[in-house]
Amino acid sequence: MKDETILLAHGSGSRLSHDLIEKNLLPPLTNPLLAKLDDSAVFDLSGLLAFTTDSYVVSPIFFPGGDIGKLAVCGTVNDLSMSGATPLYLSLSFIIEEGLTLGELRNVVGSIKDAAKEAGVKIITGDTKVVNRGSADKLFINTSGIGVIPTGVDISGANAKVGDKIILSGSIGDHGIAVMSQREGLKFSVPVQSDCAPLNKLVSEMLEASRHIHCLRDPTRGGLATTLNEFAQQSGVGIRMEEEKIPVHDGVRAACELLGFDPLYVANEGKLIAIAAPNDAGKILAKMKRNKYGTEAAIIGDVTAEYKGKVILKTRLGASRIVDMLSGELLPRIC
Amino acid sequence: MKYIDEFRDVELAKKVVGRIEQLSTRPTRLMEFCGGHTVSIMRSGLRQLLPPTVEMLSGPGCPVCVTANADIDKAIALAGLPDVIVTTFGDMMKVPGSYASLQQARAAEADIRIVYSTQDALQIAKDNPSQSVIFIGIGFETTAPTIAASILQAESEKIKNYYVLCLSKLCPPIMKALLDLGELKLDGIICPGHVSVIIGSRPYAFIPRDYGVACVVSGFEPLDILMSVEMLVKQIETGKPKVEIAYRRGVNPQGNKIALELMDRVFEIGSADWRGIGVVPASGLKIKKQFERFDAEKAFAITLEPVREAKGCICGAILRGVKTPLDCKLFRKACTPEHPVGPCMVSSEGSCAAYNQYESV
Repeated sequence: MKDETILLAHGSGSRLSHDLIEKNLLPPLTNPLLAKLDDSAVFDLSGLLAFTTDSYVVSPIFFPGGDIGKLAVCGTVNDLSMSGATPLYLSLSFIIEEGLTLGELRNVVGSIKDAAKEAGVKIITGDTKVVNRGSADKLFINTSGIGVIPTGVDISGANAKVGDKIILSGSIGDHGIAVMSQREGLKFSVPVQSDCAPLNKLVSEMLEASRHIHCLRDPTRGGLATTLNEFAQQSGVGIRMEEEKIPVHDGVRAACELLGFDPLYVANEGKLIAIAAPNDAGKILAKMKRNKYGTEAAIIGDVTAEYKGKVILKTRLGASRIVDMLSGELLPRIC
Repeated sequence: MKYIDEFRDVELAKKVVGRIEQLSTRPTRLMEFCGGHTVSIMRSGLRQLLPPTVEMLSGPGCPVCVTANADIDKAIALAGLPDVIVTTFGDMMKVPGSYASLQQARAAEADIRIVYSTQDALQIAKDNPSQSVIFIGIGFETTAPTIAASILQAESEKIKNYYVLCLSKLCPPIMKALLDLGELKLDGIICPGHVSVIIGSRPYAFIPRDYGVACVVSGFEPLDILMSVEMLVKQIETGKPKVEIAYRRGVNPQGNKIALELMDRVFEIGSADWRGIGVVPASGLKIKKQFERFDAEKAFAITLEPVREAKGCICGAILRGVKTPLDCKLFRKACTPEHPVGPCMVSSEGSCAAYNQYESV
């Protein structure tokens, strides 16, 4: 049988819509809150909460190391985690271009299920719309997430202090290069997989090791350089890092050479940067290295009083230069 | 041997820097011709390591940057014709012409597509047989062979809707033009790496012979460039300028025979319009009469408004090496990568973009 495709009618509220939801979306994702199918999910939470939302429009929707579904869960889980929150619940909203195959949708939903399971979060409300061909590009997903912040955790991009250490959880640029390698007109084979991963467990382990983590952020679009610039500006400090301490996989490096990119600006979806008190940096790093998403973690630099609002890179050759934010570049949609 | 890490070896680089310090006794002015070299120098902070006697100027070796406004206007006019698809390298999209950029033309519904090679452009031609597909053929000797190959392929596969707007330019003639201008008083030139893979090192022979200027063909890693600087300083200090190759793993004196033959079959030497320098005789390539049905300039009639230059932009002087981006009043103020006034801020190999991205401290 030819693979069934999604039609406009699948989003019309008709029996077809119900079938799509009941047969294909609910079974993999179900939990008591979702299964009620009321207009809103109703639940009880107390304490300091974190709430975030993100839309995912990556093209292509399947790429080495993941797909748009995994990305939609990990991205929002990571946004919550970077506030120090424990992610609990997600909403999940699909905008589907008519013509997407049911098989593709099922694969994406399967990835959502796996990623949510790994992160320990539940999808508790959702929506499905289908739009005319050309009005979307295959599939767009929005997820919002809610999480609880443990007491004593105070993480913000404005909290970096002079003397703090910069910790990077692993190699940079893998996601951006993995997606770009699949881009239409630019297909090249590199042994690079997207690093797309939920980082909430890594963060909770880091917070177990020390509550003196001042800043946390996942360097997605704009890469490591842009995130560090945000920290420097928000905290009014300088940041100094060393090129040779920053892990970059060979495949990423080679692809960047070829395309004229700088890995410092290439997107990541499973990495974090932490700025932490100098005395605790060592034990945080040791804890990170024991988590599978932190094995290549490294201290790459420190926070300085000099060069306020700027990021300085000591190059391999020993020269120093300013690392600016990403300025507009011709990049594909990568998240 | 990965051929990258070895050329970024810090200890080796320090040794070479030490040797340059010892060798260099007097003010020495070098130009890196190629934009790829400029980026590598800025990115590694190499200028900071050189002794104060060695001055490095950036040259005109960025194919996007040297494309004249008149030629960008032509590309935009072609894109405005009915049933035409213009294909171009991505860097060209944002370059402002006299009145608009290709990007703006695309927003105004011209069909302009970014490609990564002439093969992509040929494929678009095959997929759209009822439309004319024009490739904007910018670049130096590095890209010219692939453009020639695409024309030969279009001929043998009878792809009748493929055209090239041929803007190919040649490096040795423009080096001669710069030296003849006499603005710079150069002691040595770091000759382009990829161009020399194609043409070899022999075409530079006139530079030491007629102008007494030292020449070394360099690769693109920091250590490649340092080695080339060392070789240049040695030539200059001993008063024996010649052409040497530091980029032995890519370049030989006679160049790539197959690529040169391809170029020779399809192109003939003609004049070219260089931004900041003007029309230079015998510094570009034109499509031979035999292949003129692929020549977009011959196949399509377009009308052009008078050429205008952006006020205050000194890209021309920067390309000639007489000014640096830091001398430009617009740099980082009116002219940024988001809102470029001149092409040197657009291309990733442009001097202004490199100075902006990799500012030293």
